[in-house]
Amino acid sequence: MIRLIAMRELRSLLSMPSTWFVLAALQFIFAWFFLARLEAFLEVQPQLAQLANPPGVTITVAAPLFNTAALLLMMLVPMFTMRLIAEERRNQTLTLLLSAPLSEVHIVLGKFAGLLMFLLLLITTLPLMIGTLALGTHLDLGLLAANCIGLALLTASFIALGLYISALTSQPVIAAIGALAVLAGLWLADIGASDAHSLWHQFSPLYHFQNFNAGLLDSRDAVFFLLFTTVFLLLTIKRLHNNRIYG
Amino acid sequence: MSNATTTLSARNLTRRFGNRLIIHDLTLELKRGEVLGLLGHNGAGKSTTLQMLTGCLLPGSGEIDICGISLQKKPALAKAHIGYLPETPPLYRELGVDEYLTFAARLRGMKPSDVNDALTQTIMRCGLESVRKKIISTLSKGYQQRVGIAQAIIHRPAVIILDEPTVGLDPAQIRDIRRLIRELGDTGSVILSTHLLGEVESVCDRVEIMHKGRLIYGDSSQRMKQYGQVTGYTVTLRHPPALSELQAIPGVTSVEQLSGTQFRLLHESGNNPGGLLLSLAAERDWQLEQLTPLSATLEDVFVNITGDETTAPARGTPGGAPLLCSDPSAEEKP
Repeated sequence: MIRLIAMRELRSLLSMPSTWFVLAALQFIFAWFFLARLEAFLEVQPQLAQLANPPGVTITVAAPLFNTAALLLMMLVPMFTMRLIAEERRNQTLTLLLSAPLSEVHIVLGKFAGLLMFLLLLITTLPLMIGTLALGTHLDLGLLAANCIGLALLTASFIALGLYISALTSQPVIAAIGALAVLAGLWLADIGASDAHSLWHQFSPLYHFQNFNAGLLDSRDAVFFLLFTTVFLLLTIKRLHNNRIYG
Repeated sequence: MSNATTTLSARNLTRRFGNRLIIHDLTLELKRGEVLGLLGHNGAGKSTTLQMLTGCLLPGSGEIDICGISLQKKPALAKAHIGYLPETPPLYRELGVDEYLTFAARLRGMKPSDVNDALTQTIMRCGLESVRKKIISTLSKGYQQRVGIAQAIIHRPAVIILDEPTVGLDPAQIRDIRRLIRELGDTGSVILSTHLLGEVESVCDRVEIMHKGRLIYGDSSQRMKQYGQVTGYTVTLRHPPALSELQAIPGVTSVEQLSGTQFRLLHESGNNPGGLLLSLAAERDWQLEQLTPLSATLEDVFVNITGDETTAPARGTPGGAPLLCSDPSAEEKP
């Protein structure tokens, strides 16, 4: 059932022209940024080569690319999550799911999985782009893997939050702006807090991504993402159940 | 009626929105092979009732059983037997018709191997052959409504619940859909809500009238017609006699002059003076021009019942399925 809903979600996404437009635009930005970083790296490479322990191409090209992708996703995920429940509610298609023999858990996990599959597909081009460098140089695969895992976890947490906010309203636009406001708020609170031990850092998904970005796999960060995602998925399930109670 | 197994039973349902009590102590039963019409004005609580019966809305109190399975205790099992068409058909407009119907069938737990047969059959029943490959958003309202009905019946549910299925359709489409509903009622059981009295007359076996969240009348739709029936004629005579002369005809209970030549004549139900009137008219040269029997439409009945709902919750008790009176004290229940 979860797979059925996820596939339906994916199919609906791919049948909309706007999805393909966003996909194309995003790939263009990624590619542009990748090439720009690569060019900058090639320019400074002779100087770097004289250092005792020179930074490699992975840390100078791949890490910033993933960091940019994380920021872009923060702004982009709300555009995708806004439709998930708010639009179903507005078009009254939610009734189909609510009257079908499945629970809220199936609905929420199905939608979550559907969009996650799509966005993972979208970001797989990043390791592929970096992968082309393997033709001419040696890549730091550990760092690359950490970045990939981190970005996947980050995407999952963004989707969970967006899904919950989408469940609160029947206006997709409000869902998008709401999710963007919360994500940007968490991010700004993170970069705005000057104290390195400030609690604000702890709430920000992007802060927890930094360790992954630097190639550091810290279980605390992974646990944060899992908790963040789980909490918002549970809240969404609760919200959908309330739909049956309060109408 | 085929075998009389109960497919749906709802007992003492109540529902509040905030402090407003929308549904008062509603009890309903549906048998296989039956089409039940839920009739009421807009805002009477029809849609809310149907939403509760399909599990989209939880009742404040009361119980619902679908084919003997409790909707509250085993929602997934019970809901597999329901097909529901809400007021707005729940269509994913970006999908194709085939694609959407397949999704709907699988969503209701149909095995992938059975879906193809069911799909072909449903497409045929609903007359959708010509639009199978089209995207739903490009279809006309009538076709969209048919796709909506198709998704409700594709998994061959025992209980089909249709919320105003013919709204917004043209007369030919309405006729088609009604025929389809009639067909569905022969194999399964159907509840349909409507504010069109003609619909109840033409497709329903039984009718429940809903007013302000209560069922105020329930009976077979045939009986309901009799309930409000006035027995009499409208008579046009070119040379009318004195009123007393008409009054004197055996069986006539009252005569009312509508215009110079037109009379409304009421008679006892067992004693029809039609033949006598004809022979008298010929004999005494009244020059009969027109003789039209009076027949009350459901509209009259509906207005009668909802109009004097203040006096007592009138119920048609004779015959029909077991129906409970709405208890006036239910209002005080939480």
